[in-house]
Amino acid sequence: MKATDISRPDYFHKVVDCQWACPAHTPVPEYIRLIADRKYTEAYLVNWKSNVFPGILGRTCDRPCEPACRRGRVEDEPVAICRLKRVAADNKDDFALWLPPIAPKNGKRIACIGAGPASLTVARDLAPLGYEIDVYDGDAKAGGMIRSQIPRFRLPEEVIDEEVGYVTALGPVMHLGEKIDSLKELLSKSYDAVFVGTGAPRGRDLNIPGRLEGSANIHIGIDWLSNVSFGHNDKVGKRVIVLGGGNTAMDCCRTARRLGGEDVKVIVRSGYEEMKASPWEKEDAIAEDIPILNFLVPKAFTHKDGKLTGVTFEKVKAVHDAGGRRTLVTTGEPDQHFECDDVLIAVGQENAFPWIERDIGLQFDKWDMPVVGEETMQSTLPHVFFGGDAAFGPKNIIWAVAHGHAAAISIDKFLNGEDVTERPAPGVTVISQKMGIHEWSYDNDPVNDPRYKVPHREKSISLKNMKAEVELGFDEITAFREAQRCLNCDVQTVFTAKVCIECDACVDICPTDCITFADNGDEAELRTRLKAPAANLTQDLYIADGLPTGRVMAKDEDVCLHCGLCAERCPTGAWDMQKYIINIAQAGSACRTRT
Amino acid sequence: MTYIAKPQLHHPSLPSNAIGLTRRDYEGRISTLCAGCGHDSISAAIVTACFELDLQPHRLAKLSGIGCSSKTPDYFLGQSHGFNAVHGRMPSVLTGANLANRDLVFLGVSGDGDTASIGIGQFVHSVRRGVNMCYIVENNGVYGLTKGQFSATSDKGSKSKRGAENTESGIDLVALALQLGATYVGRSFSGDKEQLVPLIKGALTHGGAAVLDVISPCVAFNNHAGSTKSFDYVREHNDAVNRLDVILGRTPIKTDYAPGEVRDVTQHDGSVLRLKKIAADYVATDRNAAAAYIQEHQAKGEIVTGLLYIDPEASDLHDRLGTTRVPLNALGTEDLTPGAQALARINAGLR
Ligand SMILES: Cc1cc2nc3c(=O)[nH]c(=O)nc-3n(C[C@H](O)[C@H](O)[C@H](O)COP(=O)(O)OP(=O)(O)OC[C@H]3O[C@@H](n4cnc5c(N)ncnc54)[C@H](O)[C@@H]3O)c2cc1C
Ligand SMILES: Cc1ncc(C[n+]2csc(CCOP(=O)(O)OP(=O)(O)O)c2C)c(N)n1
Ligand code: SF4
Ligand code: SF4
Ligand code: SF4
Ligand SMILES: [Mg+2]
Repeated sequence: MKATDISRPDYFHKVVDCQWACPAHTPVPEYIRLIADRKYTEAYLVNWKSNVFPGILGRTCDRPCEPACRRGRVEDEPVAICRLKRVAADNKDDFALWLPPIAPKNGKRIACIGAGPASLTVARDLAPLGYEIDVYDGDAKAGGMIRSQIPRFRLPEEVIDEEVGYVTALGPVMHLGEKIDSLKELLSKSYDAVFVGTGAPRGRDLNIPGRLEGSANIHIGIDWLSNVSFGHNDKVGKRVIVLGGGNTAMDCCRTARRLGGEDVKVIVRSGYEEMKASPWEKEDAIAEDIPILNFLVPKAFTHKDGKLTGVTFEKVKAVHDAGGRRTLVTTGEPDQHFECDDVLIAVGQENAFPWIERDIGLQFDKWDMPVVGEETMQSTLPHVFFGGDAAFGPKNIIWAVAHGHAAAISIDKFLNGEDVTERPAPGVTVISQKMGIHEWSYDNDPVNDPRYKVPHREKSISLKNMKAEVELGFDEITAFREAQRCLNCDVQTVFTAKVCIECDACVDICPTDCITFADNGDEAELRTRLKAPAANLTQDLYIADGLPTGRVMAKDEDVCLHCGLCAERCPTGAWDMQKYIINIAQAGSACRTRT
Repeated sequence: MTYIAKPQLHHPSLPSNAIGLTRRDYEGRISTLCAGCGHDSISAAIVTACFELDLQPHRLAKLSGIGCSSKTPDYFLGQSHGFNAVHGRMPSVLTGANLANRDLVFLGVSGDGDTASIGIGQFVHSVRRGVNMCYIVENNGVYGLTKGQFSATSDKGSKSKRGAENTESGIDLVALALQLGATYVGRSFSGDKEQLVPLIKGALTHGGAAVLDVISPCVAFNNHAGSTKSFDYVREHNDAVNRLDVILGRTPIKTDYAPGEVRDVTQHDGSVLRLKKIAADYVATDRNAAAAYIQEHQAKGEIVTGLLYIDPEASDLHDRLGTTRVPLNALGTEDLTPGAQALARINAGLR
C-alpha cells in the first residue's frame, strides 16, 4: 500500500466518524468535551455554527452520526450524541450575546422561498455578510415542517421560537403568510439570487376502494399533523388506524393517542425491521400502547351509511428471488379486517412545484424534479438555487441545513463572480495534546459505562397533554457521564516514521490491537495479516513507510480508543496525540478564491 | 509508566481460547518500566504464549529475582501465583516450589544481572538438576534497574552509553546452559515475537529444564551505537537457524512441507515441536554440534537465534529423585504421617 497522506484534511476527518457522518459535519467530540466541562454556551456555539438549530436537532435529529459512532463498535451502543446536544441548548447562558456582527449592506438582494430549515440556514449564513434577504413563506410562522409537522410533545414551540429567532435577529425580512405562486413573477423583482427551500409538501394518498366514501374520516398524515400543530384540529376518533411505517406514521399515531385515540394501531406493508422509522421512534410508539402490525397490505376502506367502518388488508410475506431482491407476495390466507373510526395515511411525501413555470429556463428531470448540482445546489438557471427537501426529495432537518450551507457558499461565490464548482477546503487546526510524559490536555481514559437513557415524563401525564414534552433531557450529572463515553476521535494518533525504532511498545500496549509492523502488501492482503483482522472496510488503514527494517507501520483506525497509550509508551515520541479541529467552510470571504 | 490503566475495551473480534479466556485475560498490571523497554515485549510474548497454550492461569507460578526484568511478572498473568525472590535467588525458590507442587507450570523470569552476575551459582544448579521450568533471561547486557552498569553477559568490546568499553569477557548463557545439561535451549530477541512466542510455548510445555536467553534492548542505557544489545545491532547480526511451531496434542498435524524442510519433535506431553530449517546444516537435537555451531558463528559476530537444542527424551528432577507423583499439598494425612510402624521400618532399613 502507498503511505497515507495525512495532510489531506479528509483523512483524519474520516476518523472522526460522527463528524464525517453528520451532513453538516458538526465537530461532535469538541462540543461533547465542552459539555463535560460544563461550558454549555461554548458547546452550543460550536453546534450553532455547524447546524443552526442545536435545541431543535438535540430533540429531533435523525442522528446519522450515532450508527457511525466508533463507540458502537467497541461496545453495545454509540454515544448519545444527539441528546447531549440538547444538554448544551438547555443549559446555555444568554446566547443572543454571541450572535455574529452584521456587515454593512453590500447592495445584493436574495430571496428565499420557504422558511424551513434550509432557507433559514441560507439566511443565517448570508445575512451577516451584508446581503439583503427576503424570506417568503405561505405559513403564518417560520420554521417549515419543524413547526408544522413535528408534534409539540417531541419539540416544544418555545424551542422553535428561540432558534428561529436567532436567525431572524440577523435581519432577514420575513414575509410570512406570503405564498409564492409564480417563480417567474418573483424573478421579475430582480433579486440577485433566489433560493428555493419549499420542502416536499404533498402527502401521498392511497387510492383504494372506499377512499371517496370514507373520506370524511380518512386523512393525509402530514396535512392532519399541520392542522393539529396550527390548532385547527384537536380531536380524533377512539379507534384509529395509521397506515405507513415512516416517521410521519410514528408522529401520527402518537398524536392520535393524545387527541382521544384509545385503540391506535400502526399497520405496515413491510416487515417490522424494514420500516423507515428509526428504532427509537418505534420503541416510543410501542411504549405508548400502540401495536405495530406488519405484512398487511391495505386493500379497501370499508364503510356503511357513508361513514368509514374500517380497513381490509391482504396478508403477505416476504420472498427473496434469486438475485436476493425482496418482494411481498400473498400468503393465501383470508383477508383481515380491522374496524376503526379514523384512518391516517402516512405512506410518503412528494415534491410539487406547480408554481414554477416550465418556460423560464429552469430544467426539470423525468421525475419532474428540478435539475440541481449535488454540491453546488445550483439549478440550470444560474442564479436560482435549491436546497432541503425541495432539492432531492424528502430527507430531514440536518440535511436541509447542510444544503443551506452549501447553497450559501455557492450564492456568495456566484455573487462575487466566482466559479461555484470550486468548493472551499475545510479549515483544520492541529494542536498536540501532550502536556507531560503521562499528561494530555484531553481526558484520555476511556470509561466502561454503558449508554445512559434519557428520562421520560410519566406516561399518564404525557398522554393527556399534547404539549407535555415526553423526553426530559439529561440532567447535568448524567450528561457528564454520557459525555465521558466519547472516545475523542478527533484527537488523532499521528506517526513519525523517521524516529520509530520498532520496539513494539505501541503494539504491545494498544488495548484494541490497532497497530502492526509488517511487510507491506496490497490492501486486501495486508488487512488479513494485521494483529487483529481489519474486516471493516469502511475504515482506513494508516500506513507509514521509511522504518529501519523496511517494514511498514499499519494502523487500523477502526476501533482505536484514542487513549494515547501508544504515545505514552513510545520511547521516541514517534506517536503523538494531536487534536484536529476540522471546520467545514461556510459562506464568507474565507471560502472565496479572491478576497 | 502511564497513569491510566489499560482500558478494558478490546477489539470486537478478540478470540477466546479453548478454556474461554481471551489474550487480554492473561495480562497483568500496566508496566512501570521505561517506555520502549524490550522486557515489555517479552511480557507480551508470554501473555500470547500462555493464551495460545490454553493455560489455566491458576496452574502457573511465575517467579523472579530483582531487576527491571524481575519486576515484569507483575505485568503479565495477573491471576497466576507469583513470588519475587531476593536478588539472584529465584532459581532456588523455584526449585523448592517445584518440588512441593510438581503439577504447576513454573516460569522463572530473570535478568542477565540477576542470573549471570549475583545469581549465577543458583542458576547453574537449577539447570544441572533438571528442574522442570521455563527459565527466561531478559538479557539487556546491563543492570537496568541500577542505571546501566555492564552486566556479566555484556560482550567484550561493547560500549556503554558514555563511551566506556567493556574489557571483560561476557558469559554466554546459551553455551552455559548447553554445558549444564539443559534439555531445551533457545535464544531469541524481544523484537521478534514471531520467533519468541513459539519458543516460550515450547519451553512451557517442555518436561525438563528449558532456558531461553532473550536479548532485550534497554532503551534507557543500552540502545546506542557501539552497544551489542541494541535494536539495530541485534537486527543486523541476527542469524536465525530455524523457525518453530508448537502444535498442541489435540490439533491434527498437517504435513504440507517438503521432506527435509521440517523436523517434528514430539515432547512427553504430546505436543509437537515443528522445526522449519533456516540454516541447512543445523541439527537441533545434537548438543555438541549445536555448541560448535553457536561458537563458530558467534566468533563471526553473529547472534545465533532459534531453538538451539532440544532433547525430546528429557527427564526432570522429580524423575531422578523418584519423588511422589502427587503434589505435597494433595497428599493425605496417612501419607504425610505414616506412623510409628513406618518409622520403625525405615530405621530398620538403615541399620
Ligand atoms: C411528520 C414529520 C415528522 C418529521 N420529523 C422529523 C424529525 O424528527 N427529524 C428530522 O430531522 N426531520 C423530520 N422530518 C423531516 C423534516 O421536517 C424536513 O426534512 C425538513 O423540515 C425539510 O426542510 P426544508 O427547509 O427543506 O423544508 P420544509 O421544512 O418543508 O419547509 C418548507 C417551507 O416552505 C413553505 N412553502 C412551500 N411552498 C411554498 C411557496 N410556494 N411559497 C412560499 N412558501 C412555501 C412551506 O410552508 C414550509 O414552511 C419530519 C417530517 C414530517 C413530515
Ligand atoms: C543483594 C543485592 N545486591 C545488589 C542489588 C542492587 N541491584 C538491583 S537490580 C540489580 C541488577 C539487575 O540487573 P538485571 O538482572 O540485569 O536486571 P535489569 O534491570 O537489567 O533487567 C542490582 C545489582 C540488590 N537489589 N540486591
Ligand atoms: S466516540 Fe465520540 S468522537 Fe468518536 S464517533 Fe462517537 S461521538 Fe464521535
Ligand atoms: S490511541 Fe494508540 S494505544 Fe490507544 S487505542 Fe489508539 S492506537 Fe491503540
Ligand atoms: S513505541 Fe514508538 S518507537 Fe516503539 S515501535 Fe511504536 S512508534 Fe516505534
Ligand atoms: Mg539486565
